[in-house]
Amino acid sequence: MSGAAIDVEALAAASRRRRARERMLTHLALVLGVAVFALPIWITIVGSTHDTDTIGRGDVPLLPGGEALHNYTTAWFQGGGGRNTFAVPASTMLLNSLVMALLIACGKIAISLLSAFAVVFFSFPLRMVFFWMIFITLMLPVEVRIIPTFQVMTDLSLIDSMTGLTLPLIASATATLLFRQFFLTIPDEYVEAAKVDGAGPLRFLKDVVLPLSVTNIAALFVILFIYGWNQYLWPLLMVSNRDLETIIVGLTKMIGIGDTQNEWNLIMATAVFALLPPVAVVVLLQRWFIKGLTETEK
Amino acid sequence: MRKKVIFRGAALPYLLLMPQMAVTLVFFFWPAGMAVWQSTLRQDAFGLRTEFVAFENFLDLFHDPIYLNAAWNTVIFASSVAALALGAALFLAVQADKQIRGAGVYKTLLIWPYAVAPALAAVLWLFIFHPSIGLVGRGFGALGIEWDYRVNGGQAMAMVIIAAAWKQVSYNFIFFLAGLQSIPSSVLEAAAIDGARPMRRFWTVVFPLLSPTAFFLLVVNLVYAFFDTFGIIHALTRGGPGNATETLIYKVYVDGVQNLNLGSSAAQSVILMIIVIALTAIQFRFIERRVHY
Repeated sequence: MSGAAIDVEALAAASRRRRARERMLTHLALVLGVAVFALPIWITIVGSTHDTDTIGRGDVPLLPGGEALHNYTTAWFQGGGGRNTFAVPASTMLLNSLVMALLIACGKIAISLLSAFAVVFFSFPLRMVFFWMIFITLMLPVEVRIIPTFQVMTDLSLIDSMTGLTLPLIASATATLLFRQFFLTIPDEYVEAAKVDGAGPLRFLKDVVLPLSVTNIAALFVILFIYGWNQYLWPLLMVSNRDLETIIVGLTKMIGIGDTQNEWNLIMATAVFALLPPVAVVVLLQRWFIKGLTETEK
Repeated sequence: MRKKVIFRGAALPYLLLMPQMAVTLVFFFWPAGMAVWQSTLRQDAFGLRTEFVAFENFLDLFHDPIYLNAAWNTVIFASSVAALALGAALFLAVQADKQIRGAGVYKTLLIWPYAVAPALAAVLWLFIFHPSIGLVGRGFGALGIEWDYRVNGGQAMAMVIIAAAWKQVSYNFIFFLAGLQSIPSSVLEAAAIDGARPMRRFWTVVFPLLSPTAFFLLVVNLVYAFFDTFGIIHALTRGGPGNATETLIYKVYVDGVQNLNLGSSAAQSVILMIIVIALTAIQFRFIERRVHY
């Protein structure tokens, strides 16, 4: 009898050990994954705290140096980096990116909300035609119609303007589809009640639909802000006036063709600036971010 | 599920739709129409005369070795990016789905690269792989490997693939993790009681349940690799060395913006539009099914 009891205990201990080993392996795999993601950022942050010569020689240590304050203030107030481009301060580029990202995010949300409201709560001729026209824009990303869109911008003399930078990116089928999906779940009773109370459609939009949509708007905002901030091809084409330079495009212009003589410390400090706002948005608003991501793609 | 109760209004719905329709017509339909029209035209070298050539621009493309090379590059690039990004994300999601301490922290540390712009991802990897300033680049040099992605086409392709896949892993991770968490634990317990070993449990029970998510992500990753990676290639290699990393989208830009060959660039745009339409159609057909699933 006692032999069997010992066996059970030994088995339990063995299984505990196996589970502990499995947990260790899981942690190891995840730490490795996190490290692969963090490595490029760590190198960049470390680089941004050393002087130009150290990096240019290729002697970047694995630990931060003492030039952080100098590098970040220089990048912020003066800019620098490449030898052949004249410098734009990171503060200017960050402001441009911020304005662009906010205009794109808010503009997309506003016009999508209105058009989805019209499509869901009204009955009118050509309703579905409009809906399909919006839907088709899903299939026409800007990368695909670069040259003709650029010609349209030239015709409208919108080159080198914040309007030109943001307006064409404001139409969004995904946001409209998401709002439509959500509006369809608003119970009919709400509309009836509003009608009984004598509220018109705009009143209904303001007092019922908007308050109900707050979480959807927040979730969309996170996704669209990042979308706007990370624009590359469009600003590259639209902006030649360097006062309108955005940080992502400006950063790659600082690098040029990757010349060893570049002021890499300033480039890396600028990269950290470019990285911080969207990463902060994702990390701080994680809940909205995941909701926005998984729902816009449905 | 149409609404039964609907507002009446003759002008209001059109007014509400107007902003979106105006932007859509001016910046989407007009340029797309122009692309289709221009793809049938050819300008002489000085831009003085334009003639109608019907499908000649398309036929020229299919016989142009540089275009076919770009198409082949795109296939290699897109399939490698999708395979790497999906494989790594699935592996990490399976680990993060286990009952372990700190799962939330790991999740946060794995999702933030979503916020990094493709061009910025390229810059971060350049700091690592640059032959004279990069940590790994110099390490290769010290080991006697001739590493210079600015000269070696294969190395350049490997670099843009790594940068592009690295950025996409977090997106796939979020969807895989959501998919794993929606699998009822009773199913997994039943398989465990049947005595299936963990690996076997994964391939016979978990993976089939995840396959709709995986297929959806495959399409999304292909679209990403085809269209959203312009910044990576432009920032890292400019399509070079030679044409080693020139993809279809990059070639539209080069021919339209730098070579000013509008007819050919427009024809390439039209081909890309057809590819997006096909991919989007596949995605939506499939999602219809996922809803019933």
